Amino acid sequence: MNIGREQALAYLRQMTRIRRFEEKCAEVYSAGKIRGFLHLYIGEEAVACGVMPELSREDAVLATYREHGHALVRGMPARSIMAEMYGKQEGCCRGHGGSMHLFDASLRFFGGNAIVAGALPMAVGFGLADRMRRTTRITACFFGEGAVAEGEFHESANLASLWKLPVLFLCENNLYAMGTSIERSEADTDLCEKARSYRMTAASVDGMNVLAVAEAARAAVAYVRAGNGPYFIELKTYRFRAHSMFDPDLYRSKAEVEAWKHRCPIEALKTRAREAGLIADAEIAAIEADTAREIQDALAFAEAGTLEPVLNLTRDVYARERRVVKAGAS
Amino acid sequence: MSGTVRINYRDALRQGLREALLRDPRVFLMGEDVGRYGGSYAVSKGLLEEFGDERIRDTPLSESAFVGAGIGAALNGMRPIVEVMTVNFSLLALDQIMNNAATLRHMSGGQLNVPVVIRMTTGAGRQLAAQHSHSLEGWYAHIPGLRIVAPATLEDARGMLFTALQDPDPVLIFEHALLLNVEGDIAADPQPVDIDYAAVRREGTDVSLITYGGSLLKTMQAAAELAEDGVSAEVIDLRTLRPLDDATIVASVAKTHRAVIVDEGWKSGGLSAEIMARILEQAFYELDAPPARVCGAEVPVPYAKHLEDAAIPQVAGIVAAARNLVK
Repeated sequence: MNIGREQALAYLRQMTRIRRFEEKCAEVYSAGKIRGFLHLYIGEEAVACGVMPELSREDAVLATYREHGHALVRGMPARSIMAEMYGKQEGCCRGHGGSMHLFDASLRFFGGNAIVAGALPMAVGFGLADRMRRTTRITACFFGEGAVAEGEFHESANLASLWKLPVLFLCENNLYAMGTSIERSEADTDLCEKARSYRMTAASVDGMNVLAVAEAARAAVAYVRAGNGPYFIELKTYRFRAHSMFDPDLYRSKAEVEAWKHRCPIEALKTRAREAGLIADAEIAAIEADTAREIQDALAFAEAGTLEPVLNLTRDVYARERRVVKAGAS
Repeated sequence: MSGTVRINYRDALRQGLREALLRDPRVFLMGEDVGRYGGSYAVSKGLLEEFGDERIRDTPLSESAFVGAGIGAALNGMRPIVEVMTVNFSLLALDQIMNNAATLRHMSGGQLNVPVVIRMTTGAGRQLAAQHSHSLEGWYAHIPGLRIVAPATLEDARGMLFTALQDPDPVLIFEHALLLNVEGDIAADPQPVDIDYAAVRREGTDVSLITYGGSLLKTMQAAAELAEDGVSAEVIDLRTLRPLDDATIVASVAKTHRAVIVDEGWKSGGLSAEIMARILEQAFYELDAPPARVCGAEVPVPYAKHLEDAAIPQVAGIVAAARNLVK
């Protein structure tokens, strides 16, 4: 294990934060505190946690509706995310977005997109702007393997490659587009091959191994930042929970789910770090305790949050207030 | 006349583009055939040579990707002008326009602005049949978060783009294909134009003819014919289809007490229906007759000239509708 103690602890801390945060989300969802769709990232934590530290604060991040983990690791306070899911105005989007639409412009975290592949064309535009302004910023765009079936993936891959744009395409392949397995939806399940067909450099990596993810991301970020054009990484992962809280999860076998759970990215890191003598049990316990405190604080914050006055309902539809028109009868 | 220039609508649009490119380094134009070809309607002819391929970008036939890229570039500090060849093609980018451009500001709790401008050709009259001739701007005007404008005059063709680029929100500009060769004299020195207000293009007292875009000239001609019969028609050019300038519409109806709405779009669920509803909501007791509409026939626009003519508003129909109200 060629990482230091601090780094191992940092990965473990971040993955634990996502796991425990989302477990709490599921719990309060069941209690009716969170409504709408709730898509859990549990099982896939190594992807966001491996990639995000390789990006700079200036880089842009675009993600999907399964983005609580990305938001947390990017630096959004748990308070702000939980309050958003509670629909409170103290939430990151004042309760306008909810679970699927977390944004934080100050962290250059641009959502939170609930249209599969909907963020990919925008990511191309982010890259185009950075290239035209001669910055060294890059744009990281997370999406699921289901997005590869959308035209937007192909249009965006072509455009990014044609214009050599600084975009990192991060395909979280959890094998199921909602309930449809990749074998049942793709004529060719080799996703890297699709990216390469647009002359994009592509790599596939074990998305259950945070160190492997980080290593792949590091190489890709360096490549993209150096101006070589876009880069595609397939992150092979698995969600342990159902697609959303409404999903009865009838399309995959319990044995398959159990087999993947044995590859839990958090347990895998713990095991390897313990074996390497990098982490002591007391440190793991401390991370759990810190995380529990953070989540408790976030919950209390969300519970105490206030509702946006309905008077503000149509505020922020437009940035520029149009002159008030009053003529004839109201 | 001193201080004026003779210009057509196409050249006025190009002047607007040039000026925007000259005045703001963040502005760039992208779309299908905007560069080497010179624009499918020759609007951007010569701009590639003047501004280079970094700022005049030919795109692949990927409406969703390049419209979405315009949205992304706008979010990331640029001021993109995206050209979509015709409104029918914009449907391939509808997801990006509707689900991203229109929603991001509100959905993010006011954190994000999307200052993108999307231009497209609209309307019938060139015998291009049912996949190149529709007027779907009324559809787009349905969507909160978008600003929809339709330049009908040479001044607006030249000036609306720059104003739209100053707007923090997404603006869609609809340019009617039949206006491109219309010529006239305008001030040589461009004056700023707003994208908020409707304009009274002709004052009158007997009936309000409310229209926009490609139907404005036909409506002006109808008003001239009505005048010969002693009917004084007022012509309102909406200019901005969202948000609608209710005040100007209502003030006109309060004066004339009669309204005819002229719109190349379809009636059902359309912009003309919305305008009529607002007149009824806000000026019902001002009316001396039920408001009338002259709109596109409810068919996919056909190819054959006589059928195409029959499918969209014409001067005779506008005159007849107005006469029917004042008789």
